[in-house]
Amino acid sequence: MTSTAPAPAPSFDPRVLKAPHPVPGAPNNWRRFLSFNTDAKVIGLQYMITSLFFLLVGGLLSMIMRGELITPAADLVDPTVYNGLYTMHGTVMLFLFLFPILNGFNNLLIPPMIGAPDMAFPRLNAAAFWMVPVFGVILMASFLVPGGPSGAGWWAYPPQSIQNPLGHFLNGQFLWILAVALSGISSIMGAVNFITTIIRMRAPGMGWFRMPIFCWTAVAAQAIQLIGLPVLTAGAVLLLFDLSFGTSFYRPEGGGDPMLYQHFFWFYSHPAVYVMVLPVFGIFSELFPVYARKPLFGYHVVAIASFAITFLSLIVWVHHMFYSGTPQWMRNLFMVTTMLIAVPTGIKVFAWIGTLWGGKLRLTTAMLFCLGGVFNFIFAGITGIMLATVPVDIHVGNTYFVVGHFHTVIFSTITYGVFAGIYHWFPKFTGRMMYEGLGKLHFVLTFIGSQLTFLPMHAAGLLGMPRRVASYDPEFAFANVLASLGAFLLGVATIPFLLNLVSSWVRGEKAPPNPWHAIGLEWLLPSPPPAENFEDDVPTVISGPYGYGLGRPLVEDEQRYVAKAASAASAATGGA
Amino acid sequence: MTTASPSPGRSPRLWGVLLVLLAVLADLAASFWMAAASHHWLPVPASAAAAPVDNLFALEVGIGSFIFFGCSGVMLWTLLFNRAPKYDLDNGDPIEGNLKLEIVWTLIPLVIVMLIAWKAIDVSTTLSTLGGKVRVTGGHGAMHGAEGPAAALEAADDPAAAEPIEVIGRQWSWEFIYPNGVHSSELHLPEGQRSYLRLSATDVIHGFFVPAFRLKQDLIPGSVIDYSLIPTRAGRYRLRDSMFSGGYFSSNQTDVVVEPPEQYAAWLEQALAQPLRPAANAATDLYAQRLARGDRGWATVPPAPPPLVHVSADPAASHEG
Ligand code: HEM
Ligand SMILES: [Cu+2]
Repeated sequence: MTSTAPAPAPSFDPRVLKAPHPVPGAPNNWRRFLSFNTDAKVIGLQYMITSLFFLLVGGLLSMIMRGELITPAADLVDPTVYNGLYTMHGTVMLFLFLFPILNGFNNLLIPPMIGAPDMAFPRLNAAAFWMVPVFGVILMASFLVPGGPSGAGWWAYPPQSIQNPLGHFLNGQFLWILAVALSGISSIMGAVNFITTIIRMRAPGMGWFRMPIFCWTAVAAQAIQLIGLPVLTAGAVLLLFDLSFGTSFYRPEGGGDPMLYQHFFWFYSHPAVYVMVLPVFGIFSELFPVYARKPLFGYHVVAIASFAITFLSLIVWVHHMFYSGTPQWMRNLFMVTTMLIAVPTGIKVFAWIGTLWGGKLRLTTAMLFCLGGVFNFIFAGITGIMLATVPVDIHVGNTYFVVGHFHTVIFSTITYGVFAGIYHWFPKFTGRMMYEGLGKLHFVLTFIGSQLTFLPMHAAGLLGMPRRVASYDPEFAFANVLASLGAFLLGVATIPFLLNLVSSWVRGEKAPPNPWHAIGLEWLLPSPPPAENFEDDVPTVISGPYGYGLGRPLVEDEQRYVAKAASAASAATGGA
Repeated sequence: MTTASPSPGRSPRLWGVLLVLLAVLADLAASFWMAAASHHWLPVPASAAAAPVDNLFALEVGIGSFIFFGCSGVMLWTLLFNRAPKYDLDNGDPIEGNLKLEIVWTLIPLVIVMLIAWKAIDVSTTLSTLGGKVRVTGGHGAMHGAEGPAAALEAADDPAAAEPIEVIGRQWSWEFIYPNGVHSSELHLPEGQRSYLRLSATDVIHGFFVPAFRLKQDLIPGSVIDYSLIPTRAGRYRLRDSMFSGGYFSSNQTDVVVEPPEQYAAWLEQALAQPLRPAANAATDLYAQRLARGDRGWATVPPAPPPLVHVSADPAASHEG
């Protein structure tokens, strides 16, 4: 960290010093992480660090909420404050934690995985990132305006969201819409970049069916952003007009229709859940072969299933509106499309299990999070089918059952995948190993905590506890006490994680180029990779991405690249 | 596989088949048990919707458990028997896929979900709770007078009972107006008959949710929605606002009282004799407390004045589900 100590061993590739860009790990360049930098790896880390910060913010908000909900009465905070807290919790977790952290992975992984030096549009990339802190500050500022932040939930359904009790022009809801719109613009900018990069900048020989699944899922997810976000943004702009300029797009008194907003909102926000989960499917598909030492089972089908999911995700949105007065034929139609999604999703799950079967499993922290994530995801997929079933959803819709379902996906699957990805690729991008002991402690606490938090929510929902409540009837108390205890345990679980991140980065063991003996272009680079990855020596890919046990090289002249990465590493340590 | 240590004289294949058979049987047993247990996870069944919904749910719990235990069982197996020894850097069997298996695990889920969808459509059709929806523009006044397509739709079912109970959702109170002119803030319904409701909201969207009925329907401002249901069990059940409606959303609950038809008719008579007075209302009380504490907290619209009713809900009465 500090460079005042006499001549510490530089932990970076010497070529790095010549690079015009700052490189993680090089001395004294942390300042550059605060600058408008156009290096995808710097931007990737900027995304990661920003979003992990907001994970803590969102987590803190959820701890206060669970504190409120540990007793039936609304006694810890005023109900209006609870409404603001849960709104901000959801918004922060989605728009400031999950989307940005997945874009962090995209930035870090896509160029090295396909052998590109950087993103197709580096300036656009940096601009997209810097909008995150901007709308993050706008959203946080809404805590300070009179009346407090938006308390309308992340759906922001009108007419409730446009009631504007104090009548001020500058209010929490106004800032909320502004932040969400900026987030949308940032995401569209990112999507253009990721898709272009993957289509145009793959290494020689890397046809579509030699591309790692992570890149497949990135394209599939980012395509959703391009198709869906304009619709959400249009819906949000109309909402802003209704809120601030007195129009009546959604206002019934003026002839508007509140249901129109629900269609706009869910046309994007259902697919949005797949924007988040697809890259995590990618992470699972990368990691299982590495730690089971087997090729990914059914690679072609898994790749194509991503696009089946993209397509289907665009035609299921009305399953969020089964009890909104949707006519029966339309409910049935959307029930069938929703259920169809289970098919490509199932294909992926079975493929991962097929990959484990007969493997040589290494239970690293990353692997544990993958296994835990898939285990939880199977559960969530089953409750998802229940929610898609119209008569069942009519009972459990808008109850804690839904809260249980989507947290099992968003936390117990997606966030597990994010953790797995961090433990797996941290050495690659920081040049340091993480501590496995702390990692396993993190996993165990997280696993117990998430079951304790989210399982009882399903039970409360089945008994009829509505979601978004600040107080509830005493019959739900037991489930809620368990959920609150679980949530506090999850809070504790972040301590070993943070400790691990910081201490590994500062003083972790130096990482070799390929600590997990993984196959993939990124593992042929030194750790951390130089600014432009392979520079002008891009390898030619000659086989598919998961050749474990097949004894075939991934690229032409593989030994040369391995030796080159190794010598870069020894040159770095040899400088001491 | 690491565990295949065949005893002399028997083929390891036979043991494998037996083991799989045993596992499937255990999985089946566990899934049946879960499906049976699932009935206890739900509130008391108090409407005609409850039995078909609970059965559909049980079916899904059963199928879901089978898949869940099956998949996690296989994962557990690999965890126990496919672990690499500590310093073993070898690879596993380099299997890249199996077309037959992949076709099977595409088709089977497809068949299962379509089967569930078909059953679900069947259930929805028999329940047919949702009638027509008419958009009413031009303020609240017009709402209550709305006739037309909605009225036509419900008349098709049972003309005699076509006169609906008005259900009005507000921030944060419930009001029910019966055909004979009774106003109440708890909902009374006759047992064993189809009751017709006409749902509307005056300010924001609310949700009419009675867990014991397994039914839920949003009230949309600017629309009038015809709804019907058949209570089947006498008792007092919770009616909750299920669609987030702002400030005191979680206090916006009342009770449904289901009683035998004679008792219901008698209640309607008696109720009419009561004077109209403001209903007891939790949100009003909470808001008054807030003002008394100096209006601290984040912004909220004030609660609408509680409705004037002949019969007010009894906050102290205990409910069953
Ligand atoms: C087999 C797959 C899945 C099915 C069939 C499914 C089905 C559903 C349905 C029908 C709902 C609406 C429930 C309601 O509001 O009444 C729902 C809610 C939700 N699902 Fe899923 N789901 C699946 C997987 C996922 C995945 C992969 C994600 C996330 C990446 C996800 C995230 C969510 C979220 C966030 C909500 C709630 C949104 C909200 O109400 O705020 N689900 N799911
Ligand atoms: Cu959805």
